[in-house]
Amino acid sequence: MPFIPHTKADINEMLAAIGADDIDDLFDEIPQELRCGELEKIPSALAEMEVNRLMQGRAREDGQALCFIGAGAYDHHIPAAVWQLATRGEYYTAYTPYQAEASQGTLQLLYEYQSMMTALTAMDVSNASLYDGASALAEAVLMAVRGNRKSKSKRILVPRSLHPAYRRVTHSIVRNQGIELVELAYDKETGQIDMSRLEDHAGQDYAALVIPQPNFFGILETVDELTDWAHANGMLVIAVVNPIALAILQPPGEWGILGADICCGEGQPLGAPLASGGPYFGFLCCSQALVRQMPGRIIGRTVDLDGKPGFALTLQAREQHIRRSKATSNICTNQGLVVTAATIHMALMGAEGLARVASACHANTLKLTRALFSLPGVQPVFKGRVFHEKVLRLPLNPANALRSLAAHNVLGGYDLSDDYPELGDAILVCATELRSDEDIENYRGKLERVIESQISTPCQLKPDW
Amino acid sequence: MSETPSELLYTKSHEWVRDEGDGTVTVGITDHAQEMLGDLVFVDPPEVGERVDAGADCAVVESVKAASDVYSPVTGEVVAINETIQDAPETINEDAFGDGWLFQVKLSDPSELEELLDADSYAAMIEEED
Amino acid sequence: MLIYEQSKQGRRATSQSPLNEVDLSSIPEALRRKRAPQLPEVSEMQAVRHYTRLSQKNFSIDTHFYPLGSCTMKYNPRAANSLASLPGFLSRHPLAPETHSQGFMACLYELQEILKEVTGMHAVSLSPAAGAQGEFAGVAMIRAYHDTRGDTERKEILVPDAAHGTNPASAVMCGYKVREIPTGEDGDIDVDALQKALGPQTAGIMLTNPSTVGVFERRIKEIAARVHEAGGLLYYDGANLNAILGKVRPGDMGFDVIHMNLHKTFSTPHGGGGPGAGPVGVSKRLEPYLPVPMVDYDSTDYVWLTEKQRPQSIGRLTAFAGNAGVLLRAYVYARLLGREGMHRVAEFSTLNANYLFKRLMQAGFDAAYPERRASHEFILTLRRQAKQLGVNAMDFAKRMLDYGVHAPTTYFPLLISECLLIEPTETEAKEDLDHFIEVMTAIKQEAEHEPIRVKQAPHNLPVKRLDDVRAARDLDLSFVKRQSNR
Repeated sequence: MPFIPHTKADINEMLAAIGADDIDDLFDEIPQELRCGELEKIPSALAEMEVNRLMQGRAREDGQALCFIGAGAYDHHIPAAVWQLATRGEYYTAYTPYQAEASQGTLQLLYEYQSMMTALTAMDVSNASLYDGASALAEAVLMAVRGNRKSKSKRILVPRSLHPAYRRVTHSIVRNQGIELVELAYDKETGQIDMSRLEDHAGQDYAALVIPQPNFFGILETVDELTDWAHANGMLVIAVVNPIALAILQPPGEWGILGADICCGEGQPLGAPLASGGPYFGFLCCSQALVRQMPGRIIGRTVDLDGKPGFALTLQAREQHIRRSKATSNICTNQGLVVTAATIHMALMGAEGLARVASACHANTLKLTRALFSLPGVQPVFKGRVFHEKVLRLPLNPANALRSLAAHNVLGGYDLSDDYPELGDAILVCATELRSDEDIENYRGKLERVIESQISTPCQLKPDW
Repeated sequence: MSETPSELLYTKSHEWVRDEGDGTVTVGITDHAQEMLGDLVFVDPPEVGERVDAGADCAVVESVKAASDVYSPVTGEVVAINETIQDAPETINEDAFGDGWLFQVKLSDPSELEELLDADSYAAMIEEED
Repeated sequence: MLIYEQSKQGRRATSQSPLNEVDLSSIPEALRRKRAPQLPEVSEMQAVRHYTRLSQKNFSIDTHFYPLGSCTMKYNPRAANSLASLPGFLSRHPLAPETHSQGFMACLYELQEILKEVTGMHAVSLSPAAGAQGEFAGVAMIRAYHDTRGDTERKEILVPDAAHGTNPASAVMCGYKVREIPTGEDGDIDVDALQKALGPQTAGIMLTNPSTVGVFERRIKEIAARVHEAGGLLYYDGANLNAILGKVRPGDMGFDVIHMNLHKTFSTPHGGGGPGAGPVGVSKRLEPYLPVPMVDYDSTDYVWLTEKQRPQSIGRLTAFAGNAGVLLRAYVYARLLGREGMHRVAEFSTLNANYLFKRLMQAGFDAAYPERRASHEFILTLRRQAKQLGVNAMDFAKRMLDYGVHAPTTYFPLLISECLLIEPTETEAKEDLDHFIEVMTAIKQEAEHEPIRVKQAPHNLPVKRLDDVRAARDLDLSFVKRQSNR
């Protein structure tokens, strides 16, 4: 019986102490008709070596293609020490630090994480993480509605150029509370928020403006102008940012005259592998004024009975286990282990390391797109400057192009035609610091052949591992 | 044993009310309430000028183990809030009926005061709770 | 010492970043950062030493007995970690095409099927990233169901007064009002009070079984019938699934929607607070509303079900597929356990709990429900000790830490004063349970003869009892902020 240590002798002694004849007696309060059967549909137990074989086969099946997809999850180098440390049993199998004295390792680490995030974002406060960037945005929206005392509406201005999944997730989470997400157009030439359309919303009551930097197209927004506009119109500013980009870009706390009020985003680029989409973590930061509106766990520094410094969960009265139906959110877990890795990652990389990563990603993406623009029919779509992703127009159907590339083990990018049909045959590509010149040439060569060979016939190749 | 000053009026939700005699009342939370909450760490008051309704929550007092709603005992307009407790919420623990007052309301319906509990009724109520 | 306090200007782990220097010439100057962010400046070895030492200050399942009620701190199999971390899984981009995802999707599909079978539900979505997200999804599906049928007067969700805080919080997030139903003296919900609360305004009820007070809700079938008759749906909070895994199925009890906590019942690691996963299961009538994405099998390949294929879905709760790595770990655990192992989970978690229950009562502790069977957990109340000796549940908990045992859950459920909610789980051996009984007995004696030792505990840990009033009053949440405030 895997993981159950009881011997027959143990069982007998324990039953004797309880005063029962059989383990089944212990379930005598449960009506017989509720007992389930044999559960035949569940496969029989496997030994660890059999599960090994099964899983290795499955992992191999998925190949390890050359990745040029970004779109919210980025392939970065993770120092070997990060996960070796994070999977130490003392971190891996620890629980939420409710008994602070027995959890000073985790608590101090989370305080260091909060410190690093306030440094990166230039905001006053960070919490100890939420589930992911998209759900963090949903929580930021709820915060803005609660926190903007001057606004009576429950309307939020959300750019169309914000990640489509983030918009969908936010909608799923906030709509039952009567909050309306109003879409803001982007400028077809630059790919940035359309300032003239923005003016249409001036003087109206919105609780907040969401400003992504960079936006989903990889384009850099004029954040100072947008921040000041929002504040002048009585709105809070919610920044949605990439943490690697923050090593080189102006941080939200310094946007405009007053800085952003709330800042969130996806923390995956800081030490979490792509890992099929999770676990990642959402970071959430805010100004001092909004700290009591912030959901999720928060660690504070304090002292013990002897005056020695220590760390503990604080502001718990906002949370579900105390405030219940009036809680800021229903959130209970955070993404502890992933945040542990991110903190170690940031300590190892430092500001200079992250800036070099950001710079290399920026340079590689420009290299990639220059190489691809040399191909017939491949063109840029937007004029705006980018961080490390760019939108390309292709001379053929993107789904077909990407399928053909995938058959040659190159994941060429993200097909935009579903979410942005107005862009036509367009894809979003990204080259991180891990994509070498050979990788880029590999992609260029393969796309060249795909374009040459056919423009309309879908590729029949199916990968066969 | 919590105090229950006899000149004040009380609510079931542990607020006290002092009639200032000029159409306004001062409101706070009782000694019993602060004892149950423990050391207070934060107060979120109503805004001056805000309209409050009898029985509706209008403020929050927070300790480490609880964040408790404060319900307005009367209907009217908030005319003053206690600034000192913002920086020193522990004042409520030390002097719940005096310096720990929360806010003042201009009454729109003075007859509401008749609905409130007198000191004896409130004392009996908390006695029963223990 | 913080990592920051070990920093020295100019120091860094040079082999970890690209060799090229920073070149921002094609980033508009107005958008560039003016000052580098204040992050640690340490060598690789300093970082490794620092975080290794920090880890040694933690209690964890790997190092300590951890009987946290309602948290199910069972052994986390190492194989789950190594297999979920195979390069093929770890390097897969979430948006990789289906052609490059069949291995991963096979694991998810099979996990869906296993969870369906073990809970008796019709369909499962693995996408919620935590129990609380699963609860939100469950209540949102109940709302979607009623809204679709035009039944919009149902504005209330019922929860027992002993419910976990996430229950009412989730209900409110879905736009409902919450009404509490009292728990009876015997630990079961007060069915008469429930009946009075039911009506055309009832959207549903959120229950867990065994309940948060650690006993089986004996009249569950009757409760389900009454709620259904009033037109409401039943939601099952899976926090206590470990008590009945392989023995009883929520679907058979009449629940319409359930959430599971994989980080409890399916032994995925607690990681210092997360990540978890909160898959939801539904009966047939709620299937259209399941959150996306899900995995389906079309007789040759695994395919994703997204907003396109499920237009009535309550939507997406995270950007991608939820906590994929957690799902893989749960899958490995489920394959290691197999059908036979699942039956054993309820049996041995219940055996361990009842053994501790009986022995601790014999040692002189007061149980909240001494006449009932323990499920996989039970409650002791230290009300008497608090009154007579001035030593309360918090003091006991802190003193336990000195003895190398992590304290049980304290002060939950709120219903029982000075309570300890104790859940040993099935992976603990009898000797460890016996040791726990010795520790509890020793502390009880200390409380009687030398109470100050207990009241000022812990004594043997890296810090003594921490001032959490100060932590909340003088907020210090960031070293960087504290420095810049000077």
